[in-house]
Amino acid sequence: MSNNNETEISLDPWHSLSQFTSARIALGRTGISLPTRACLDFQLAHALARDAVHIPLDFTRLEQQLNLLGYQTQILQSQAETQSIYLQRPDLGRLLSASAVDGLQNTAPIQADVVVVVADGLSSKAIARHVEPFLSLLLPQLQANGYRIPPVCLVKHGRVAIGDAIAEYYTARLCIILIGERPGLSSPDSMGIYYTYQAKSGISTDADRNCISNIHNNGLSYEQALKKLLFLINKSEKLKFSGVNLKDETTDTELDNQQQANFLLD
Amino acid sequence: MYKTHIANLTYDFKTLRNLMAKASPSRSGDYLAGVAADNNLERVAAQLVLAEVPLKQFLNEALVPYEQDEVTRLIIDEHDSIAFALVSHLTVGDFRNWLLSEHATTNILTAIAPGLTPEMVAAVSKLMRIQDLILVAKKCRVITRFRGTIGLENRLSTRLQPNHPADNPAGVAASLLDGLLYGCGDAVIGINPASDNVEATLRLLHMLNDVIERYQIPTQSCVLAHVTTTLKAIEHGAPVDLVFQSIAGTQKANDSFGINLKLLQEAHSAALELGRGTLGDNCMYFETGQGSALSANAHEGLDQQTCEVRAYAIARKFKPLLVNTVVGFIGPEYLYNGKQIIRAGLEDHFCGKLMGLPMGCDVCYTNHAEADQDDMDMLLTSFAVAGGTFIMGIPGADDIMLNYQSTSFHDALYVRQVLGLRPAPEFEQWLQQHQIFNADHQLFQQPDVPALFKPAIQKLK
Repeated sequence: MSNNNETEISLDPWHSLSQFTSARIALGRTGISLPTRACLDFQLAHALARDAVHIPLDFTRLEQQLNLLGYQTQILQSQAETQSIYLQRPDLGRLLSASAVDGLQNTAPIQADVVVVVADGLSSKAIARHVEPFLSLLLPQLQANGYRIPPVCLVKHGRVAIGDAIAEYYTARLCIILIGERPGLSSPDSMGIYYTYQAKSGISTDADRNCISNIHNNGLSYEQALKKLLFLINKSEKLKFSGVNLKDETTDTELDNQQQANFLLD
Repeated sequence: MYKTHIANLTYDFKTLRNLMAKASPSRSGDYLAGVAADNNLERVAAQLVLAEVPLKQFLNEALVPYEQDEVTRLIIDEHDSIAFALVSHLTVGDFRNWLLSEHATTNILTAIAPGLTPEMVAAVSKLMRIQDLILVAKKCRVITRFRGTIGLENRLSTRLQPNHPADNPAGVAASLLDGLLYGCGDAVIGINPASDNVEATLRLLHMLNDVIERYQIPTQSCVLAHVTTTLKAIEHGAPVDLVFQSIAGTQKANDSFGINLKLLQEAHSAALELGRGTLGDNCMYFETGQGSALSANAHEGLDQQTCEVRAYAIARKFKPLLVNTVVGFIGPEYLYNGKQIIRAGLEDHFCGKLMGLPMGCDVCYTNHAEADQDDMDMLLTSFAVAGGTFIMGIPGADDIMLNYQSTSFHDALYVRQVLGLRPAPEFEQWLQQHQIFNADHQLFQQPDVPALFKPAIQKLK
């Protein structure tokens, strides 16, 4: 298949728009259908994303990275023992395994203000890529606030709600969980953050949480995500709640004039 | 009451709620909830028993208690017994026969819709094959209006979904223009904001409004933020066309979404007061999907399909412009593979249409589900054959913000071409006026950008 011989293809004369987005725009068409190359590009991306779901996270490596930065860690496991069970049993992914509960109980009880939980979720790539740089920004800020923080909990096969039990164990007011989001075709390494004020296991629902999603190279930057998270933390400390009634009201000062520009309207 | 004896086995399903769950076609969410039939025989036994249940029984036996659930109260309190009268003597099995018969014409189906409860509709769908779901849905006609007319015969509308992972205005505009130039966007131009942020929502609302005004596009906009965020935006004077909200079929599930009927009523009134529709005042956009209640651990022992249809009772109360079942978004825990997603999408469309709703379908899947583009082509084609109201239009089918695959602008053109379907008439006229579509309703073959958008593109070079 040669591009030169694709005489049937109508190209879209608005390629230049691709500078603004990684979306699959201006793909062209043959008749009204996708040209062969665009069709196969899609299949390739789907194959990569499908496989990304099943790549296990290297917890030991992540632990070493965080230890090198001077942060203590502990590895915990949910009740979903394998990735296959994790995919089919969200209920088990929300619960700590018996050994994880034992592990927590065997550590010296610490009164904490905030727990930081990391879960592999649906994208180990996201966690492997973004957790270390993001925590190296976040943890100093939390320490500067005077917050007491127990070791960072790294959870195998964890869902968002598993943070609630960990926060309760440490009687922590604030629960921050970083999790690998479902891999997209164009961003198999997207990380999300869920924030819950006074998380209660089995009681807190999605309405009690705030979500900051799409943290990856073509999405939200670490700095933007951090700014949003710190805003939510500070505001929730005043309001004494998080969730749908706690609104992210950060202003995007990073968006300079060029980024604000819109060729359709200017 | 719900007993049968079959193949030397006795089945006693005890309650209508249990009977409904056991009669449901197989899907992973019902196994996860522990409510599914244990085997094929039990499922068919339940279907045989369900076929003998009088429709009236659904008015006597609430599947979620009236006292504890405002969705049940809505269903019972607003039931239209006069509209119901025509079919009130039927059992569920006879109701299926009647729906498929020549007696059930478009006009009669429209007339009985307010008399049907979600549970009656869900029950009959459980006895239907895919061709039944398609045949009856195609007879239903639901027309809604804001700045265009949605749902006319032989029309298929599209929601243009130009999402961007950082809500970047130029990034959104690039996908938006790509979609318009492929003839998409007559149902709504609807953006999922990356974060539920008041400022970002305001910015996107103003931008969409400015684009629609500048280019005189006969469509409506929506930023799919939480209803409370949209209410704040309205307080700030934002140009809100459609109010969006995800809804579910139990009060407890809606609690977990941070909503209730009173809040939706407030939002509906606020949007009506803005009065921004030119052809009509259908100003709500709801999204639903099987499994959402179970995902919030709020399914109240119901199977996920019955739960889903109960959400349509909420939608119906607010006369929406659009209702969208986001069928494959939730993941394999609830709909495991292409087969389950396809059936669920067609069930949702049938049930919504029978209840009088303008049903669209986000023909979609995630990368952790056992599904692929072939499955989506099957659902897309069947959905359009069934007379589906609208589908999504996303560049190359790849949503770079929500990280899932839906239908592309090309997909919409495909299904319109093979089935002879056209966009909403007002939008179609705009496409022809600006030489995006030709007189035969096909994309123009031209080497250049249509004149309307030429200045915008030329600036970039």
